[in-house]
Amino acid sequence: MSAALARALDRVTRVRGVRGAMLVAATDGLVIAEAAMEGVRTNAVAALTASLATRLGRAARVTGVGPPAFVHLDAEQGAVLAVPAGTDLLLVTIADASVNVGLARLEMLRVVEEVG
Amino acid sequence: MADDIRALTAELARDPDSLAFLELGETLRARGRVDAAATVARTGLERHPQDPEGHDLYARILADAGNPEAARETWEVVLTLAPRHPGALKGLAYLAYRAGDPVGALELLETALSVDPSDPSVVQALQTVRIAIERMEADAEVRTGADIFAGFEGAEYGLLLVDAQGLILGGVLRDGQGRDVAQEVAAYAAGAAAEAQRAVRLLELGEWRGLVAEAPEGHLHVSAPAPGTVLLVKRERAVPPARLALAAQRAGTAARAWLEAQRG
Repeated sequence: MSAALARALDRVTRVRGVRGAMLVAATDGLVIAEAAMEGVRTNAVAALTASLATRLGRAARVTGVGPPAFVHLDAEQGAVLAVPAGTDLLLVTIADASVNVGLARLEMLRVVEEVG
Repeated sequence: MADDIRALTAELARDPDSLAFLELGETLRARGRVDAAATVARTGLERHPQDPEGHDLYARILADAGNPEAARETWEVVLTLAPRHPGALKGLAYLAYRAGDPVGALELLETALSVDPSDPSVVQALQTVRIAIERMEADAEVRTGADIFAGFEGAEYGLLLVDAQGLILGGVLRDGQGRDVAQEVAAYAAGAAAEAQRAVRLLELGEWRGLVAEAPEGHLHVSAPAPGTVLLVKRERAVPPARLALAAQRAGTAARAWLEAQRG
């Protein structure tokens, strides 16, 4: 992982409530880079998130709203956020219930701009 | 033995060819003596095989005895002998209604009414059957899911309820050009919902509440209003995600009510 990418992911994890962030290959769900994902089965989460984003992306295209720029999986005790980074990558963030989703979203979009 | 039965039995014994078997058989049937009534009817029919009244009596006895199939066949014999026999028409209508075919019953009763428009039993039966048909039509409308989201914003283009296998339960989903895309999206939405559930379980985040996709031309919201179901809401980009979640919540309540009605 390059130092720039590490710093970028690190910025996302500094948002309050974020448990970790990772860069994932959108097509096969492989983890490219990750930060602060202790206690998380990153490979499995990455694969599931990539699959989820792919299906949701197909649904979005068919309905005519276009490819998603931001995906938010909301759960009782946290959230999974995903933003496409370029054509083949996804920036995925895992957060607990205390996260400010708007803030995390902003930081993720900034990172994508840098690494995309 | 009651006096009337005794008298009718004696009359029949005096003149076995008489039609007294009709009254005797009916009296026995009306008093619940189905076996005796059947014996009288069969004996009478041996002597009067072309008598529609005799067959009608026997059909009623068979229906009372819990043999609707034989009763139906016997009433059909009546109609070959007397095509507009009101008793047979009413009897067949009753069997059709009991078999869950109120439309078939209605046709038979309308024919019976044309034979005798003042028959109160036909008028009453018609009313019962018409109510059953109305109820059936209302149920069918509910089953199609056409009305799940009636009156909701976006009901004509952006509210879709599917099952976990991606099969449409109700609602409408159209793309920007107004094309029906429900079938295709149903499969993707169900798949995305399944992945969402797996992901939150893996991360121990509790139950998932919703999945939002923000896109350049609009937003999608996917949720599971009830176990085994997936709700997809589509809105234009101007609708903020938080309002989209509220719309999904309200549509979810309607979906749950509809599912509850389905089970009832």
